[in-house]
Amino acid sequence: MTGSGSPPVARLQNVSLRYGETLAVDAVRIDIPAASMVGFIGPDGVGKSTLLALIAGARAIQRGKIEVLDGDMASARHRREVCPHIAYMPQGLGKNLYATLSVYENVDFFGRLFGHARAERERRIAELLYTTGLAPFRDRPAGKLSGGMKQKLGLCCALIHDPDLLILDEPTTGVDPLSRRQFWELIERIRAARPGMSVLIATAYMEEAARFDWLAAMNEGRVFATGAPGELLARAGARTLEEAFIGLLPQAQREAYRPVVIERYEAGADAEPAIEARNLSMRFGDFTAVERVSFSIRRGEIFGFLGSNGCGKTTTMKMLTGLLPPSEGEAWLFGQPVDPHNIDTRRRVGYMTQSFSLYGELTVRQNLVLHARLFGMAQERVPARVQEMAERFGLQEFIDELPASLPLGQRQRLSLAVAMIHAPEMLILDEPTSGVDPVARDAFWQIMIDLARRDNVTIFISTHFMNEAERCDRISLMHAGKVLVSDKPATIMAKRGRETLEEAFIDYLGEAVGEEAAGAAPTAPVTAARNTAAAQGRTRFLSLRRLLSYSRREALELMRDPIRLTFAGLGSAILMLVLGYGISMDVEDLAFAVLDRDQTTLSREYALNLSGSRYFIERPPIRDHAELDRRMRTSELSLAIEIPPGFARDIARGTPVEIGAWVDGAMPQRAETVRGYVQGMHYHWLAAKAREVYGQAATTQLATIETRFRYNPEVTSLPAMVPAVIPILLMLIPAILTALAVVREKELGSIVNLYVTPVTRLEFLLGKQLPYVVLAMLSFLMLVALAIFVFEVPVKGSFLTLTGAAFLYVIAATALGLLISTFVRSQVAALFGTAVLTILPAVQFSGMIDPVSALEGAGALMGRIYPTTHFLNVARGTFAKALEFSDVRASFVPLLIAVPVLIGLCTLLLKKQER
Amino acid sequence: MRAANVLHLGVKELRSLSRDPIMIVLIVFAFTFAIYSAATAMPETLHKAPIAIVDEDRSQLSTRIIDAFEPPFLLPPSVITHTQMDARMDAGLDTFALSIPAGFERDVLAGREPALQLNVDATRMSQAFTGSSYIQSIVAGEVNAFVRRHQETAAPVVDLALRMRFNPELNKSWFGAVMEVINNITMLAIVLTGAALIREREHGTVEHLMVMPVTPFEIMSSKVLAMALVVLVAAGLSLALVVEGLLMVPIEGSIALFLAGTALHLFATTSMGIFLATIARSMPQFGLLLMLVLMPLQILSGGMTPRESMPDIVQWIMQAAPTTHFVSLAQAILYRGAGLTVVWPDFAALAVIGAALFALSLARFRKTLGAMA
Repeated sequence: MTGSGSPPVARLQNVSLRYGETLAVDAVRIDIPAASMVGFIGPDGVGKSTLLALIAGARAIQRGKIEVLDGDMASARHRREVCPHIAYMPQGLGKNLYATLSVYENVDFFGRLFGHARAERERRIAELLYTTGLAPFRDRPAGKLSGGMKQKLGLCCALIHDPDLLILDEPTTGVDPLSRRQFWELIERIRAARPGMSVLIATAYMEEAARFDWLAAMNEGRVFATGAPGELLARAGARTLEEAFIGLLPQAQREAYRPVVIERYEAGADAEPAIEARNLSMRFGDFTAVERVSFSIRRGEIFGFLGSNGCGKTTTMKMLTGLLPPSEGEAWLFGQPVDPHNIDTRRRVGYMTQSFSLYGELTVRQNLVLHARLFGMAQERVPARVQEMAERFGLQEFIDELPASLPLGQRQRLSLAVAMIHAPEMLILDEPTSGVDPVARDAFWQIMIDLARRDNVTIFISTHFMNEAERCDRISLMHAGKVLVSDKPATIMAKRGRETLEEAFIDYLGEAVGEEAAGAAPTAPVTAARNTAAAQGRTRFLSLRRLLSYSRREALELMRDPIRLTFAGLGSAILMLVLGYGISMDVEDLAFAVLDRDQTTLSREYALNLSGSRYFIERPPIRDHAELDRRMRTSELSLAIEIPPGFARDIARGTPVEIGAWVDGAMPQRAETVRGYVQGMHYHWLAAKAREVYGQAATTQLATIETRFRYNPEVTSLPAMVPAVIPILLMLIPAILTALAVVREKELGSIVNLYVTPVTRLEFLLGKQLPYVVLAMLSFLMLVALAIFVFEVPVKGSFLTLTGAAFLYVIAATALGLLISTFVRSQVAALFGTAVLTILPAVQFSGMIDPVSALEGAGALMGRIYPTTHFLNVARGTFAKALEFSDVRASFVPLLIAVPVLIGLCTLLLKKQER
Repeated sequence: MRAANVLHLGVKELRSLSRDPIMIVLIVFAFTFAIYSAATAMPETLHKAPIAIVDEDRSQLSTRIIDAFEPPFLLPPSVITHTQMDARMDAGLDTFALSIPAGFERDVLAGREPALQLNVDATRMSQAFTGSSYIQSIVAGEVNAFVRRHQETAAPVVDLALRMRFNPELNKSWFGAVMEVINNITMLAIVLTGAALIREREHGTVEHLMVMPVTPFEIMSSKVLAMALVVLVAAGLSLALVVEGLLMVPIEGSIALFLAGTALHLFATTSMGIFLATIARSMPQFGLLLMLVLMPLQILSGGMTPRESMPDIVQWIMQAAPTTHFVSLAQAILYRGAGLTVVWPDFAALAVIGAALFALSLARFRKTLGAMA
C-alpha cells in the first residue's frame, strides 16, 4: 500500500519547530509515500497542524530538512515553482475562506489567483460546485454555510488548480456523518480521476483514519508509529484504531488510561422528567435554527444530543438554560416552566459552554471561589466546597495556577468543577470533549457516569463523537434544527438494522435530507479531461490579474463591514467637522463687565469702547470686589475692568491714572489673545482721546509699522486650520485602514493564502492598497467640498495641483499603514500603533504649528522626510496662497520618492511564510 | 439586586484587570508620562518663529533692529533681498518678513514718521497674532531707545494694569497638565469598561454569567463600579503626585470636590463604554468606534479651546455630552477654586446624563446578551 516503487512525495529529516518555549515538532523523520491517502492521527496540540503547514510551505522551517515534490522547501525558488501544484486547506472550518464573500466569490477569488482566464474559471467553478453539491448555494455568504458545506467549499478552493499534492488539516472535524461520508466519497472520485495525486490529511477521528492507505501516529510533537492501518492494529493487537493508538503510546501515558466502565441506567419509580421540551423553535430573522424540538429527560439520565456544528444543539441548550427566549414552544425544568428571569431554577442547573469559558485571568482557586459565591453559597462553606471539588476533579496540584497554562484536558475538568460547584441537580454540557485527547476524554466520561449513577445528577450533553454518543442512555439525532430520532443507541441501531451508530445516523440523515442529498451528491465522476496545461499561473514578476483579484476581494469585504465602511467613508468628514469647529483660535463674544467707580461720561465711554467691538459682550456691571471675584470664579466673566474713582477728573488734570483689568488665565492661550485685544483697544482709545484734546500734533510717532496679514487678512482660524486638517485626516484614516487590512488577515488566518498561492508580496500589497487609495481619494474630494461649502474656505490656487499631490500623498499614507502592519500582530496594536505613529509626526513635525524650518535635531529630520510636510505645503499653497503647480513643484519630489520607498520597504519586510 | 454579587463580580473585574499588562501600562502611562509630557511639551505660542528682514537702509538703526530679534521667541533673522521675500513666504519658510526702507534712520531722526512693512503669514494663526505684536514692541523699543538720546518723550497719561487671574504668568504647563488628567479620565473610563465587556464576550464568559443567579444589572454595575474606582484612584494619585508634586502646579480648589465630580463623570463615561462595547463586535471595531466618539467628546468639550467661539449648534449639542460639564466643573474647581455653590449645576447635569446613559446601556446590554451568548 505504501507505493513502494515511486519516490516519496515528501521526505522529512530531523524536522523540529519551536513556538517560544514549547517544542511543537520534535525531530520528525519520515518519508511520506506518493499517490496515496496519508493520515496524521493524534489528539489536538500534538503537532499535526504544524507539520502539515511546514510541508505546505506555509510555515518557515526552523530545523531539519523537508523535501516536497523533489525539491528543498527551504528554497524560495522551489516553493515558488511548486506552489501551483500544492493545495493546502488549513484547520478550522473555513479558516482560509472569506466569511462575507459568497460561495461563488470565494472560489472565483482563488481561480483568479491561479491565473485562470474568465471562461476557464467559470467552467471550473461550475464543475466544482456541481460535484460538491454547492451549486444551489452559490450566492450564500461563506460565513452562513453549515460546517460540512464550508469544508466542501474549502475543498473547491483547494482543487481549483488541479494540485498534485492536496493537504487537508482536520477537514471533517465538527461535520455531520453524512457530509463527512460525502466528503470522503468526493475525495475518492477526485483521486480516481487523478490517480497521481497525493492526499495528506490530519484527523482526530480514528474511524476515518482506518480507511486511509498509510498513517503516522503523533504524540507530543513526535511521530511514534507509522504504517498501514492494518499493520498498526496488528502491532498493538487491538480491534479498533482508537485502542491501537492508546496501545502504541509510550508506557507512561498508557498507564494513566482506564477504560470507561458503563453502568446502565435503571429508571426508578420516581423517574419524573427533569427536563421537558415541547415544540421548541428558534428563529433568527428568516433563518430557523431550531424547529419544533420535543424531548423529555428523566432524572439521573445521561441524554445525548448528536449532530454537526450549526445543527441547533447549542441553540436548544441555550433555550433550556433561559439564555435565549424561544420563538415558540415551551420547556420545563423540574416541572417549572423555563423563565429567563427566574433566578432560582438557575441554582439547580450547571452549564458548561462549548469553549470551556473560564476566567483566564483568575487562578483555578479564584475561578472556583467566584462561582461558589455567585451561586450564593454561604461564606463559611465556600473553602470546604472548593477543597472538595479540587480533590474530586484532581485539580489540587495546580490550584493556584492560571487556567491558560493548563493542558486542555485539565481545563476541561476545571470547567466541569466550576459547573458543579453549587451541587446542581442537572448538568447541561455543550460539546465538553471537543479537542481533548482520547485518554482525557475517557477519564472525563468516567466522572460523568459516576455523577449520574451515584449522585443522580441529570446530564444533558452534546457531542459529535459517535463513540461518546453510544455511552449515553438515550440520544437525539439532530440535523438542520430538527430532531430526527430520539431513543436508546442500541434501539436506534436495531431499528435501522445497522451495525454501528454512525451508519444508522447516516440512514436517518439521508432520509431527512432526501431530495437535497440527491442533488448534493451526484455520482458522476469528476471529469479527468482537465486542461492542466491551461494558465497554471505562470510566476511572472507582477500579474495584474492576481493583484486585481486581491483588490476586488478587499473591496467586497470592506463594503460588507458596516463599522469599517462608516469609518472609511464618513470618518474623515466627521473628524473634519469636529476639528474645524473645535480647534479654533478665534476669540469672540468674550463676556466682560465693568466695575465703574467713577460713573462719569468718560468712564462709560471707555466701557463702550470695549463693548462696541466684535470680540466683547458686556454683562451687567459689577458692584464690588467680592462680586468681581465670584463672577470670575464661575467663569461667567473672562475679563473684568475696574475704573478708579476720579478717573475723569484726573485725566482732565493730567494726573496719571490706572485702569485695572483682570483676565481669566485658566486658559492661557485665550488669556493671551484677550490681553492683546484689551491692550489694542486701550491704546486706540488713548490715541482718540489725545486727538480730541491736543489735536493732530499729538499723534506724532517716531515710526509706524504697517502690518500686512497675508493669505488670511482677517486672521481667522478656519482658513488657517482647514488646509492643515485635511493632510492630517488623509494620513490618519487611510493608514489605519490599510494597517488593519493586513493584520486582520493575520488574525483570521486567511493570510495563509498569501503563503501558499502564487501571489507575490508586491501583488498582495498593491492589491490590498488599491481600494483604499480609491476610498481615500473620494474622502479627499469630500473634505475639499466640506472646506468650500461648509467652512467657506475656497481653493484659491490650482485645484488640479492639489488633487495631484493628494493622490501621491494617499498612496504614501496607505503604504505607511501597510508598513506598520508588517510589524504588528494584532488588530488592536495596529490601530493604536498607527494612530500614534501618524498623528504625532503629522501634528508636531510637519509644519502644522511650528514651521519645519524652525525644528531641530530628530524632529527636523522627521519633518523633512515625512510626507505630511510636503502635502501640507501644497494644501496651504493652493488653498490660501493662490499658488500654481510651478510654485509648489518642489513639494512633489519628496512625495514621488516616498511612494516607491515605502512600498519597497513593505515588500521587503512582509513575510511570504509564517515564522 | 444583591450587593454581594456586585461586590464579588467587581473584585473579579479588578483581578482580571490586574493581570492585563497592556491595560496596566496604559493606565500608568496615561496618568504619569502622558501628563508630564503634555505639561512640559505644551508649545509656547511664539517659539523660534522664523523671521526674515529686508534691510534696504543698512544704517546703525536698522542693524540694531536686526540684532534685537533673538531666540527663544524668534529665530535669528535671515537677511534677504526684496525679490526673495515673496517666494520664501509662498514656500512657507518664513512666518514674518520685515522690510526696512532706505533712508529709515534719517527719516526717523528728522521726525518724518517713516513706515516699516511687516508681512505676516496668517495661515500660521498661532504665531501670526502674538508674533506681530511682539515684533512691533521690539521695533518700537529699539527706535525709542535710539531716538531717546536726542529727545524726551512723554509718559502715557492713562496706564492699563493687566493682571491674569488664577494663573498670573499664564503658565501653559498648568493648563496642559490638568487638561491631560481630565482627558485621560474620560478616555480610560471608556476603554477599560468597553475592553472588559468585549474580553468577557470574546472568552465566552458572558454566557456563563447569564446562567448563574446574577442579573444583567448586577453584571453591568460591577463593571461600572470597578472600572470607575480604578480610574478615580489613579486620577487622584496623579493629581497629588504628578500634577502637584512633580510639576508643582498649584491647585486652587478642593481635590475632594473634584474627585466627587469625577465620580459622577465616571458613572456616565463607564456606561458609555458598555454601550459602545455592545455595538462593536470585536476589539478592533471598538477601537474604530472609540476614535470617532472620543475625539468629538474631547475636542468640543471646551477643554482645548473656548466653547464660546464654537458655532451655537455645536455648543447646544455638546450640552448633552458629559465631558462638557466635567471640563467646566474641573476648570472651575481646579483653576479658579470654585466651591459646590458655583459648580452644582454641572454636578446636576452629570448626574442626569449619567443616569440616562446607564439606563440606555443597560437596556442595550440586556437586549444584546442573547446575541452575545
